[in-house]
Amino acid sequence: MSLENRVTEIIVNKLGVKAEEVTPEAHFVTDLGADSLDQVELMMDFEDAFDLKISDEEASKLQTVGAVIGFLESKGISV
Amino acid sequence: MSHRRVAVTGIGVRSPIGSTPEEVWDNAVNGRSGIGRIACFDPSDFTSQIAGEVKDFDPAALFGAADARKCDRFAQFARAAALDAWRNSGLESFGPVPERVGVIVGSGVGGIGTFQEQMKTAMERGPRRISPFFVPMMISNMACGHVAIDLNARGLNYCTVTACASGGHAMAAALDAIRLGRADVVLAGGSEAPITFMALGGFCSLKALSTGFNDRPTQACRPFDRDRDGFVIAEGGAVLVLEAMEHARARGAEILAELVGAGMTSDAFHITAPAEGGEGSRRAMLEAMKDGGINPEEVDYINAHGTSTQLNDISETIAVIEALGADNARKVMVSSTKSVHGHMLGAAGSMEAALTCLALKHGVVPPTVNHENPGEGCVLDYVPGAAREVPVKVALSNSLGFGGHNVTLAFRKYTGD
Repeated sequence: MSLENRVTEIIVNKLGVKAEEVTPEAHFVTDLGADSLDQVELMMDFEDAFDLKISDEEASKLQTVGAVIGFLESKGISV
Repeated sequence: MSHRRVAVTGIGVRSPIGSTPEEVWDNAVNGRSGIGRIACFDPSDFTSQIAGEVKDFDPAALFGAADARKCDRFAQFARAAALDAWRNSGLESFGPVPERVGVIVGSGVGGIGTFQEQMKTAMERGPRRISPFFVPMMISNMACGHVAIDLNARGLNYCTVTACASGGHAMAAALDAIRLGRADVVLAGGSEAPITFMALGGFCSLKALSTGFNDRPTQACRPFDRDRDGFVIAEGGAVLVLEAMEHARARGAEILAELVGAGMTSDAFHITAPAEGGEGSRRAMLEAMKDGGINPEEVDYINAHGTSTQLNDISETIAVIEALGADNARKVMVSSTKSVHGHMLGAAGSMEAALTCLALKHGVVPPTVNHENPGEGCVLDYVPGAAREVPVKVALSNSLGFGGHNVTLAFRKYTGD
């Protein structure tokens, strides 16, 4: 499974959206219907899935799916 | 003082004996029990292993999977019941002024299942893994919050928390709110989801639950019976639509019953035991009759709190005798529908209010099942075994809660006057 697919799977499970909606450009709030609490939980899920810590400052910048994937890649994460 | 009259125009339920008013009524009247061995976790280590569980409840189908995951079971019961009551009342299609629609839904403890689960996560994985939804899922008022969002009910909105009287207090508060003109419509009720490791264990430690009927669950709740040995824990939600009479009439609503009065008192006696001789409960009944302009001889039916504990059933019996007077008490029909649905705690008051309204509407009194041999001092007509088809014009519904909270609601049959 690619990193993109793994991230997509986590987002689909958490937000109850369809996989095809989870594009790199998709914004968590405006496109995927998340609120600020959903975003906090998503970050926890990413931390668990990829065994890393995401600071509040880092999390605040991760507003799109692509931003999350880019951030994970920058941390050397692969699946 | 003259004030606005209050009609009951809708009922919604999620309960161990059904998920529609029709199903609940059919099972209550026919004495079909919803009590069984606990299925949602293994109860083998507990002294009481039985409960009234709500079967086949699928919040994801009602509200979507992502939404359902962020809402505790207690609030889901309230949302489902409120939505049904809303539709049942015809208000969904009528479209009342949102600012004139209130919500008062009580709960004894709120999201105790969520608390238990998150506590376990926090202990195992540290505080950083506590969900951001933990607090909004746990707090007792969130049932009202969700219902308001679901129905766009923008008027008064709060939660009553008085243990097993929570649902009764919600109904009484809604009556006051409509009388005072604070709202035209109030969705009032209670909800509870206590069938959890911690709540079951806590009530077991209180020695409040039935322990002698684990092999015969449907016989465990036996109000006013000689062999009663405690209450049976249950879950669910019941919400009634209370509406200003003129508002209901103006839109041609079906009026199920009229809520004419309420009485609320405190025992000021003990944290869990009822006052000696049911003193607080007696005064609640007297207050409700006075508030509703009801003479004791008019009361045809009392839906008792009737928990099937030694203490409740005898003290409530004495309270009825003293509130109505010995002659009237001999004639009044008193039944406890907990005998089939168990003790729904914060939802009990509104569940039983709903059944009381249906008794008035149908002219049928639901029975107390398992009442085989009257307990010592239990001398009233408890409508044992079988329902009774008989005109019911005036009925009371009692709810008594840990903390010494007593609520009596007084209803009249609606005859078009």
